[in-house]
Amino acid sequence: MTSLENIETRAVPAVRGPRRAQRPVDAVPAWLTIIGIIVALFLVLPTLIVIPMSFSESTTFQFPPVGFTWHLYSNFFTNPAWLQSLGNSVLVAALTAVVATLCGTAAALGLNRLHGRAANAIRTLLMIPLVTPAIVVATAVYITFLQWHLTGTLIGFVLAHTAISLPFVLVNVTAALGSLDPVLLRASTSLGAPPSRTFLRVTAPLISRGILTGAIFAFITSFDEVVIAVFIHSPTFQTLPVQMYNSVTSEIDPTISAASSLIVVVVTLAFLAPQVFRRKKKPALKSPAAATAP
Amino acid sequence: MTMTRPRLRQGPRGGGNWLLLIPAIALLAIVLGVPLVENVVRSFQTPFGTTGVTFDNYVRIFTVPSTLTILLRTLIAAIIVTVVALVFGYPYAYLMTRVGPRARGLMLTIVLIPFWTSALARNFAWIILLGNHAPVQQFFAFFGNPNVVLYGTAGGVILAMSQVLLPFMVLPLYASLGGIDRRLLLAARGLGSSPLVAFWRIYWPLSRTGVASGLILVFTLACGFYVTPALVGSPQQSLVAQLLGQETNQLLDFAGAGALGTFILIVTLALVAWANRVGGSINAIGAVSVEGRK
Repeated sequence: MTSLENIETRAVPAVRGPRRAQRPVDAVPAWLTIIGIIVALFLVLPTLIVIPMSFSESTTFQFPPVGFTWHLYSNFFTNPAWLQSLGNSVLVAALTAVVATLCGTAAALGLNRLHGRAANAIRTLLMIPLVTPAIVVATAVYITFLQWHLTGTLIGFVLAHTAISLPFVLVNVTAALGSLDPVLLRASTSLGAPPSRTFLRVTAPLISRGILTGAIFAFITSFDEVVIAVFIHSPTFQTLPVQMYNSVTSEIDPTISAASSLIVVVVTLAFLAPQVFRRKKKPALKSPAAATAP
Repeated sequence: MTMTRPRLRQGPRGGGNWLLLIPAIALLAIVLGVPLVENVVRSFQTPFGTTGVTFDNYVRIFTVPSTLTILLRTLIAAIIVTVVALVFGYPYAYLMTRVGPRARGLMLTIVLIPFWTSALARNFAWIILLGNHAPVQQFFAFFGNPNVVLYGTAGGVILAMSQVLLPFMVLPLYASLGGIDRRLLLAARGLGSSPLVAFWRIYWPLSRTGVASGLILVFTLACGFYVTPALVGSPQQSLVAQLLGQETNQLLDFAGAGALGTFILIVTLALVAWANRVGGSINAIGAVSVEGRK
């Protein structure tokens, strides 16, 4: 990709004559770069305002933060309401990740080897939770869970969150299976390995990365989920997003600034860490491809 | 090769693949299928649960003036949010296809971090930003309108939603724009067309599938979005998702909520089915979010 672009920018001006050769014909215009930077700032900056607010001494959400205090953080880590919500969130998300990964990986393995109209229909059907409006799911699940006495229970939260996390596991494992070389499976079979052994020794190690990514996606999806949680929670069992939601809508509790800041920092670090590692590996990975491209 | 491959990949027990699908399908059927079907059933019942089938709940959606106002407001808000997301998202996604791999990684991270940061943290940030004396008000004051208060208005909800939903526009657009062969554009330039004409006649038509799926995805999400209007908006200027939540939570009008929920679901699924036909937006989102983690 990059090597191709380099050829274009070098080769085309040469045909165009010396005057144009000063400026590549296919350069990125400056105004586009400026728009890109503005959009990037629009994506990133607004959320960062929670960080200065989390050190404010004010008891409201009023903007210019007042003074400097760690009080909101200490409240987040000592107040039982916040701690318990955090604990519930981690528990629900972990269980959701396990159940969704098991069900989703099994489904991806099955669908990978199935073809035809029925399999395609099921493939689409399993992706539907991704596009169903959360409020529709939340209200419907809430009324049904009321009858089943599942509102405000751990199992109710895990069931609902597993259902909406399944597509993410399915997508990730399917992608991993797609890049799996079928020749390896055939080699294993022809060397006499039974299917179970082929799966454990060949397929599973090769798709483990996809499974792990799917599990992480399921965990984050559950950990972040607000709308269903707001409906099916009870005063005795609620998750962190519910506690945050209530701290805005019913009680004015600025501890939400500290909670939001922690989430923003953790998610950002989780994303930047692999970026940093990838950059270090890059030259070694790229050199053979760059050598063969021209 | 083509003869042997399907047989071998299918394994010795073809039916076993269908068995692998059972956990996922059973879970979705029980946790999402049953509540949604019950929702549809309820939507044809009278509010007091007497026997007989009625279409009253659906008629009420389109005849009660306050509901009609909310539907119209939701439609307008969703259209504005979608257009803003396209205007911001298209240049950004285009720039992503033009920069080097390192800058592209950074730009993708900038899109994916909000995609995975808690929706509550991001919406809470907008509560602060839209408040009195807060940055948004200062921004308008700078241009001579010191009394603009967007908190609790549909305008504030639109501004916040445009930012919160922008990643959903950029990701499918980037997936689509990345596949366009830029040499076609260079050929048009080489044959003497201006950059604008080359863009309009060559690039834009090739990007239309990505544009269509991004538009429909953001529009669908905006129509059913609950958290932003519930936190940043107000009951006086509510959107349809808030109405659905209210009917379920406060008015306990389960039959009316059933009809409204079913209506939102049908509109959403119809739009998504259309998007899938033109561009495959569900898979685009999945594919890009997977790529970001690789």
